[in-house]
Amino acid sequence: MPTLEQTTQEVLNLASTHFKLAPGTLAPEDDFFKKLGIDSLQTLELLSRIENHFNIELPDYEVQGVSDFKTLAERIQSRL
Amino acid sequence: MLDLANYSSIGAALKDAMERFAAEVCLIESDREREKQRLTYREFNVRALSLTRAMQDAGFAPGDRASIIMTNQPKWLISAFAIFYSGGVLVPLDYKLTPAEQWQLLQHSKAKILITEYPIWRQLSTAPGRATAPSLQTVLVSEAPPNADLAGAQGWEEFRGSVAPTLVPRERKDLASIVYSSGTGGRPKGCMMTHENYLQQCVALTSLYPFWPGVRYLSILPTNHAIDFMVGFFGPFTCGACVVHLRTLRPEFVREAFMRYKITYVSLVPLVLKNLQKGLQARFAELPTGKRKVFNALVAVNKSLTKSHPRLWLSRRLLKQVHAAFGGELQAIIVGGAFTEPQTLQFFYDLGIPVANGYGLTEAGTAITVNDLKPFRADTVGKPLPGMEVKIVDPASDGVGEVYVRSKTVMSGYLNEPELTAETIVDGWLRTGDLGKFDAQGHLHLSGRKKNMIVTEEGKNIYPEDIEAAFESLPAKEVKEFCVFAANYIWPKRSMLGEQLIIVIHLENNQLLTDQLQQEIIQRNHRLLNYKRIHGLVLHEEDFPRTASLKIKRNELAERLSKLDRDRVILPL
Repeated sequence: MPTLEQTTQEVLNLASTHFKLAPGTLAPEDDFFKKLGIDSLQTLELLSRIENHFNIELPDYEVQGVSDFKTLAERIQSRL
Repeated sequence: MLDLANYSSIGAALKDAMERFAAEVCLIESDREREKQRLTYREFNVRALSLTRAMQDAGFAPGDRASIIMTNQPKWLISAFAIFYSGGVLVPLDYKLTPAEQWQLLQHSKAKILITEYPIWRQLSTAPGRATAPSLQTVLVSEAPPNADLAGAQGWEEFRGSVAPTLVPRERKDLASIVYSSGTGGRPKGCMMTHENYLQQCVALTSLYPFWPGVRYLSILPTNHAIDFMVGFFGPFTCGACVVHLRTLRPEFVREAFMRYKITYVSLVPLVLKNLQKGLQARFAELPTGKRKVFNALVAVNKSLTKSHPRLWLSRRLLKQVHAAFGGELQAIIVGGAFTEPQTLQFFYDLGIPVANGYGLTEAGTAITVNDLKPFRADTVGKPLPGMEVKIVDPASDGVGEVYVRSKTVMSGYLNEPELTAETIVDGWLRTGDLGKFDAQGHLHLSGRKKNMIVTEEGKNIYPEDIEAAFESLPAKEVKEFCVFAANYIWPKRSMLGEQLIIVIHLENNQLLTDQLQQEIIQRNHRLLNYKRIHGLVLHEEDFPRTASLKIKRNELAERLSKLDRDRVILPL
């Protein structure tokens, strides 16, 4: 199983690819709404991509209120 | 549909609906590509009555309050039925609020029963606040994993009575629900809605947008919201229609649900509608040149043939693929909760998909005006619904004034706030705080707000006072006082779009806005949910005007700030 750090890094890479940003632009503590300038709907699209990548299902309630990559990675990690 | 004129309460109407439409499907619950359950009115009734009995046995008495904090799902509606059947008062709360906010409203509403889901209860039960809601006696939690610690709650699924319950009659004037239109700050605004309010609103809305057995309504907006409560529960249930719930609201599953369930109606907030528009536009742009030209020509033909009124059968043939993507049986998209840009409305109408655009307030009992599609008008919020009296008060030279409403759908007042109620409902007229005017065809045009609040594209009402708690205890050595405002309240704009909040800060003597302080403000701002965040900062060099009890005189401060140049004084955050 990957470590939390590895999962976090993978999430950052996925987000960078999805929103066409240069690698290294995003940091674990970044607020993705603010940093990516996205709304809640675009976040849902990113979540679908993350689910496919990790081959997990993230129920909507699990990501409710999450706005930074680190917490998101923790929620993913708990389901790996 | 049931003739609601014959009923005096929601519970009585729902009881008869269960008998009248017993064999019809009333609920479908789907999670991703899996259908979890499908209930007929008969099956719904069996589950709901058993819950009702158990609640009555637990001492839930007529007039008692019960809160529901759940995502959109069948148990929400079953629980609401049980509350109304028992003559209780429903307190629907937003599941997206923080636990602290939910506890505050549970305390404010004096709810005796809380009905919620396990993931929500897990957060709520571990957050401080339970001691602040002593009225709460019973907590029912659905979908708890086996052997989970319920922290004093009981399982919803096991909470069943074995004998038939008694329908508790209510009068039309009795309280049916307390709906919070805002208010997680110091002053929650709990709108007290009567049975009359809902019965009247349901008749008015279904006269324009009818439901019937076979109709499938896709419930996406939270059911605690006045719109989904009406068109995703009470409206369809009194007509024998079916409500479809999705447990996962990812765009791809929502798209799939349209096709799989051949959805008839859906309600969306403007933000989602706009995203849908962007997605469709991107797909149209990808068409090869030849196909795109043919498609554009078909849209033009559809546009000219539907000028006077919608012709759904024709639009579905002309633009077959577009309509197929929506399931092929969509009658209309209901959009509400915030102002929608006319070009978005027009985009969908040109494709042959009518958008029921309207205007409403929780205080007014959901909708005040709705577009009747005779003909479709993208530039207005429609005409007053049957039974609604709407007038424009103190119009300026261009005819724009404050919108006042009088109707049997208007709330009876704000819970525990007689003064605020008296300011809001004057001689039977509800002062909306919105600005608008009527045109010659009787359509209402909205053009700004008089009140100090904003409505986001996600349909969230944000009151500046509710945001201020996030900035309390800013370093006292630097910040003498601060106040949050809706920017358009200080500098009125004839627009309902792009509304923003700002924070006005008065620094202590000889203090400058340091990078450190600015970072502190930014950090605190980030802790707020994204739609609640402030967009700019204004530095003010004088003491804020205050009342004898030292409350900030917001109106006076706004008046003072209005003399400044908006574009110059706001520092973006």
